[in-house]
Amino acid sequence: MYRSHVMVCGGTGCTSSGSTKIMEAFEHEIAAEGLENEVKVIHTGCFGLCALGPIVVVYPEGSFYSRVNVEDVGEIVREHLLKGRPVTRLLYDETVKEGGEIRSLSETQFYKKQHRIALRNCGVINPENIDEYIAFDGYRALGKALTEMTPDEVIQTMLDSGLRGRGGAGFPTGLKWKFASGNRGNVQKYVCCNADEGDPGAFMDRSVLEGDPHVVLEAMAIAAYAIGATQGYIYVRAEYPIAVKRLKVAIGQAREYGLLGNNIFGTDFCFDVDLKLGAGAFVCGEETALMTSIEGKRGEPRPRPPFPAVKGLFASPTILNNVETYANVPRIILNGAEWFASMGTEKSKGTKVFALGGKIHNTGLVEVPMGTTLREIVEEIGGGIPNGKKFKAAQTGGPSGGCIPAELIDTPIDYDNLLAIGTMMGSGGLIVMDEDTCMVDIAKFFLEFTVDESCGKCTPCRVGTKRLLELLEKITDGRGEMEDLDRIEELAQFIKANSLCGLGQTAPNPVLATIRYFRDEYIAHIVDKKCPAGVCKSLLQYTIDPVKCRGCTLCARVCPAGAITGTVKNPHVIDQSKCIKCGACMEKCKFGAISKG
Amino acid sequence: MKSLEELAAIRDKMKNIVNTREADEGNIRVVVGMATCGIAAGARPVLNAFTEEVARRELGNVTVTQTGCIGICQYEPVVEVYQPGKEKVTYVKMTAEKVARVVGEHLVGGKPVDEYTIGAFQK
Repeated sequence: MYRSHVMVCGGTGCTSSGSTKIMEAFEHEIAAEGLENEVKVIHTGCFGLCALGPIVVVYPEGSFYSRVNVEDVGEIVREHLLKGRPVTRLLYDETVKEGGEIRSLSETQFYKKQHRIALRNCGVINPENIDEYIAFDGYRALGKALTEMTPDEVIQTMLDSGLRGRGGAGFPTGLKWKFASGNRGNVQKYVCCNADEGDPGAFMDRSVLEGDPHVVLEAMAIAAYAIGATQGYIYVRAEYPIAVKRLKVAIGQAREYGLLGNNIFGTDFCFDVDLKLGAGAFVCGEETALMTSIEGKRGEPRPRPPFPAVKGLFASPTILNNVETYANVPRIILNGAEWFASMGTEKSKGTKVFALGGKIHNTGLVEVPMGTTLREIVEEIGGGIPNGKKFKAAQTGGPSGGCIPAELIDTPIDYDNLLAIGTMMGSGGLIVMDEDTCMVDIAKFFLEFTVDESCGKCTPCRVGTKRLLELLEKITDGRGEMEDLDRIEELAQFIKANSLCGLGQTAPNPVLATIRYFRDEYIAHIVDKKCPAGVCKSLLQYTIDPVKCRGCTLCARVCPAGAITGTVKNPHVIDQSKCIKCGACMEKCKFGAISKG
Repeated sequence: MKSLEELAAIRDKMKNIVNTREADEGNIRVVVGMATCGIAAGARPVLNAFTEEVARRELGNVTVTQTGCIGICQYEPVVEVYQPGKEKVTYVKMTAEKVARVVGEHLVGGKPVDEYTIGAFQK
């Protein structure tokens, strides 16, 4: 019996900052103090506060250690685990009150407004131990569904709960299942999990797979029971090696326990799951392309209808849900539809996980009830913007979404509100931008991504996005004309209306949203040939103020292009034709004589 | 997995083990003094005895934890029991043998074992 549990984060963020070494150090130091039969070290999933990783939590006290180094481990073991004195200097500073008293994690700004359903087991269980998952009610929902509910009752529960797809489009999950439920037992059907998370800046699905892989298996089995399927596939990116490994372990354990396989819980229900690794094409996150890829063909989308519920994988009725969607299912079965529907807004129920990134203090994963405002997420949970900068906008929905400008920061976030202001929920990436971000440049960034990732099957997307990008480049290079704005808008509408799949249909969104809210910035680029945020290099000019310049020659010496000339104690001059706009001179000048604009 | 009972059995067995991570505010807290003085006087076996006895009796509402020096080193090993809404009880000169009675009579029965408390020793 262990009196204390040391939970070491094994998510991708903390792993890359060295948590595996920290775990080894704990085991070593604990053995050295003879505590190995009293203290257990557990590799667990993401705690969400990735900015402060590597994270270690010690129970029963619940002490939350942040930015732990290997060198700190000995002190934690000898002081905390041996003598019971938490090492205050290493605790997450928000948990230490004035006077040294410890505040519980749920009272900190970061966690106070969070409500963890999809992430409930992340950071709590050892994801590679099925028994721990079972201890936290794991597979009880599957047992309940199989022994106490008919398949139609399962579907009705999902419909009543109001759960909508967390992958992007927000289609009601129960309805999707209902469409695929006909003719049970007479036709081959499939249940798929879309774990091909590809939006730049989104990593919630990865964290669920890494921290709680069994929840996905359990939910897929429930879905299979509901529609009458016997085989499932998880399509997961090969770039998620930790997630892949833990899924493999989880599938092996579930088979061993008979939670996958034949006659589960002694019923007639049989179901198994296999993994398919994606090679990293963004378009394979689109459902028809994903299924084509599972079939072993080149991952390209096909027109809908027929929808997958009618004709999906191997031409059989198929349902495809996203990882986070599945992560909500077992709780809904256990706690009931009313419980889930009591959270969130009128048309968006439950919670949503956001991957908070960009210009924000607390980079990481947050799960909040639908209807939480952007202000609460950015200013309270996210801890605001570093270096006293001002909030300018937040990008949601990645390359398919748009931006929310500062004047709309009090918008309660749900599916419909985001659509109404010209963006979308998407998978939940939330990139915060401050006044140093150029909105034209951001639009260009996302469009470069979609141009790269367009599969090339249909012309509007293949050629259209490329032409759209060229128009943006023309503007950021200083060659733009006012008519280009109309051209962009016309072309964008055309691409949206005529592309084959969601990739092309949404690719122009970042451009349209930035034009809608930051038109003046586009005009500044086109008419004044200036980039107000000072990002677009072609529009920048570094100049030396002859009054402030003391002629110290430092700038001339650091300039890699030899563009600065002048003699000692006389004002220097930058030759604009030679300047490569690297900013080295401005950084080095001790007299603040160099400015950009 | 052939039945819900089988699943429940695993769950109950594991629940005991993972309980450590779910300590909530309403729990009874058993705090063992584990500074140098406590360890030297034999606090480690006491701490382990509490952990095991609480686990054996499957007391989900009890958290066993440790603290530093309480300041009464001559009475170590010292164990304090905090129960929401009740006055703190301080046991002194604890041994592993005394633990079973404290768990049974105090943590389960709700009646402190007076003869082990600091009050009894100071008389």
